[in-house]
Amino acid sequence: MHVLSLRPRAGIESSYEYVEGWGMAVGMHARVLRPRSTEEIAQCYELARAAGSTLTFRGGGNSYGDASTPGAGMVLDVSRMNRVLSFDSTTGIATLEPGVTIEKLWKTILPLGFWPRVVSGTMFPTVAGALAANIHGKNNFAVGTIGDACLEFDLVLPSGEVKTCNRERESELFHAAIGGFGMLGCFSRIVLQTKRVYSGNVRVRGESTRDLREMMQYFEAHKCTSDYLVGWIDCFSGGDASGRGLIHDAQNLHAGEDTDPARSLTVAHQELPANILGLFPKSQVWRILRLFNHDLGMRTINAAKYVAGRMEGMGQPYLQSHAGFSFLLDYVPNWKWAYGRARATHGLIQYQPFVPHAVAHDVHSEILERCRRAGHVPYLGVFKRHRPDPFWLTHAVDGWSFALDFKVDPARREGLWKLCDELTELVIGAGGRFYFAKDLVIAAEDTARFLPQERLAAFARLKRACDPETLIEGQLYRRAFRDWIAA
Amino acid sequence: MSHAEHETDSHSGPSSNGDVARTAKERHAIVVGASSGMGAALVEQLASEGVSVVALARRKDALDALAERCKHAPGRVIPIAHDVHDYDSVPALFERCVRELGGLDLFVYATGIMTEVGPQEFDTRKDIEMLAVNVGGCMAWTNEVAKLLRTQRSGTIVGISSIAGERGRKGNPVYGASKAAMNHYLEALRNRLADYGVHVCTIKPGFVETAMLAQARAQGRTIQGAITAEAAARSILRAARARRNEVFVPFKWTLVAAVIRNIPSFLFKGMNI
Repeated sequence: MHVLSLRPRAGIESSYEYVEGWGMAVGMHARVLRPRSTEEIAQCYELARAAGSTLTFRGGGNSYGDASTPGAGMVLDVSRMNRVLSFDSTTGIATLEPGVTIEKLWKTILPLGFWPRVVSGTMFPTVAGALAANIHGKNNFAVGTIGDACLEFDLVLPSGEVKTCNRERESELFHAAIGGFGMLGCFSRIVLQTKRVYSGNVRVRGESTRDLREMMQYFEAHKCTSDYLVGWIDCFSGGDASGRGLIHDAQNLHAGEDTDPARSLTVAHQELPANILGLFPKSQVWRILRLFNHDLGMRTINAAKYVAGRMEGMGQPYLQSHAGFSFLLDYVPNWKWAYGRARATHGLIQYQPFVPHAVAHDVHSEILERCRRAGHVPYLGVFKRHRPDPFWLTHAVDGWSFALDFKVDPARREGLWKLCDELTELVIGAGGRFYFAKDLVIAAEDTARFLPQERLAAFARLKRACDPETLIEGQLYRRAFRDWIAA
Repeated sequence: MSHAEHETDSHSGPSSNGDVARTAKERHAIVVGASSGMGAALVEQLASEGVSVVALARRKDALDALAERCKHAPGRVIPIAHDVHDYDSVPALFERCVRELGGLDLFVYATGIMTEVGPQEFDTRKDIEMLAVNVGGCMAWTNEVAKLLRTQRSGTIVGISSIAGERGRKGNPVYGASKAAMNHYLEALRNRLADYGVHVCTIKPGFVETAMLAQARAQGRTIQGAITAEAAARSILRAARARRNEVFVPFKWTLVAAVIRNIPSFLFKGMNI
């Protein structure tokens, strides 16, 4: 009798789990494979092939919609491949395994006087996920996306072949896989350029704005001098105060401005506190937010934030840690659970249209108005300035994005999707684009309308060349790409 | 695009049980150790309430008989032969179970053995065997179950432990130790999963009419006041649905346990209970 005995661990670590989008409004049960090496990534393809299954790539699972949820098959989660392979503290070049999170990256390089060029509003995405989504930060208008900060990567194709891609070598694959949402292959090594910082703090100024025009004017006046600009908007406020909000404008400190950089550059200086007032555990704060997660509650919270912002706008600029300024979404752990956490029926979606500069004010004002009219007011609205980049499926335009968080529940779902369809018409008509890391609503025919035809055709060609058997197929691919790639 | 196309979680859609009458709040359950006793009674009870159940145990004939008894029940019973010693087979088997059910809301580990141990017998093989089945099998299964329920943020795990885990009695040291280990492990699992909306319920039966009790009687012990496995199953489901943490079945054992737990060691040494 083989009591208390196990065979030696063989093959790739895996488990059967529920895999969902970060917003929780979509998900399914799937076998999740967690390879630990480039060879194991290739083995995952073999495994999927042998099982007659497909494969979806997943990093930290922080995309709001279905960018990393499976179509019907297995999931390859890169998070076990999380070593920093090298970091050159003279050039700021980091060579990373795909599962290194933005958290691990900044914690590794900040004590050496560097900070990632591009970070998201949360530190939990992996660099592979970030590159696949071609994420941007609050400095998109100044430095572009993470793709612009990428020097080179290795991509494992379904054939098992590893392609090294940069701007010269495999340039097509380089520009298609960045922002390609893992539809072409799996990143196994990523080289990023990071930037020198002379302090662990940034100088932040709050500017309260009475409407959307005032906010846009401030951005335009400061975009040449500010390092980071981000606007928050109270979406509940209508009439003359429609689009009222608060801008956070941040600057990196110059060499010598911080008299004690050795202290501010430590990880300890950056950490967000675990308790509120030293007592109440932050892990339970979502339960309190849950009490306010309805239209009246959120109207109150947004109004209160606006009033607080008016006062902040009258105050002096202040210093804030890089992590404190950058990762606002991480202040309250699992705050999304405040939206309700019954799987697939409750949660939130984010709808983030990117609209060209010339028409941005009118289109975004119209979007706000239509949301209010339809009775689907976003509980959170964030406004940002962007610039174009060379990546094939990029969302970025020379213009403005408005990220809108909508509550999803069974009663609202159908009406919300209908509203989004109408807004999508408006945005595409204005020459706007969408960002699949935030999306759950764009249909294949719309994808084909907002992305340039020649780019789409080239991407489809590349997909067929890299993945002729369509082994890589996630839910996003099925929803927004398959129809026109097959065509 | 209609929202229905995004509704990919088939388990949150209309009932996959079709048009049968369903009275339970769970839809899909797995019972390990379902061939007899409380495990079998739980399967019958769940099936009668319209729950689809995968019933696992070593003896396929007993499972088939169970499925036969339940064939007119509104809930489906899927018998699968499985030896809990075979830890390596659990991950793939677990996936198969969930796929066949179409989801998972309730998991019950009801497998347990009590090997006869003489008053002055010290036998490592017997001891390890009890740990392998009562504790090792429980962990092999609940580890897989926990990964699924945690990520889906719902579901209940029930572990059938025993009142024997309350004190280290002379009678069967390792049976008691295995149940104490189970209690400790399930409590920790409950605390680990609490933030994710998953509940873990520890059941501590006293005397229940099962094969194990028959075995104890055969060894000459006098046992009175035992309840039927069916009555125990009803209490177990009630406790699991009320999200109780630790429950003695039947209730009177709560009082017995309170007394036993508080007997000082110097007296306990001399007692034959």
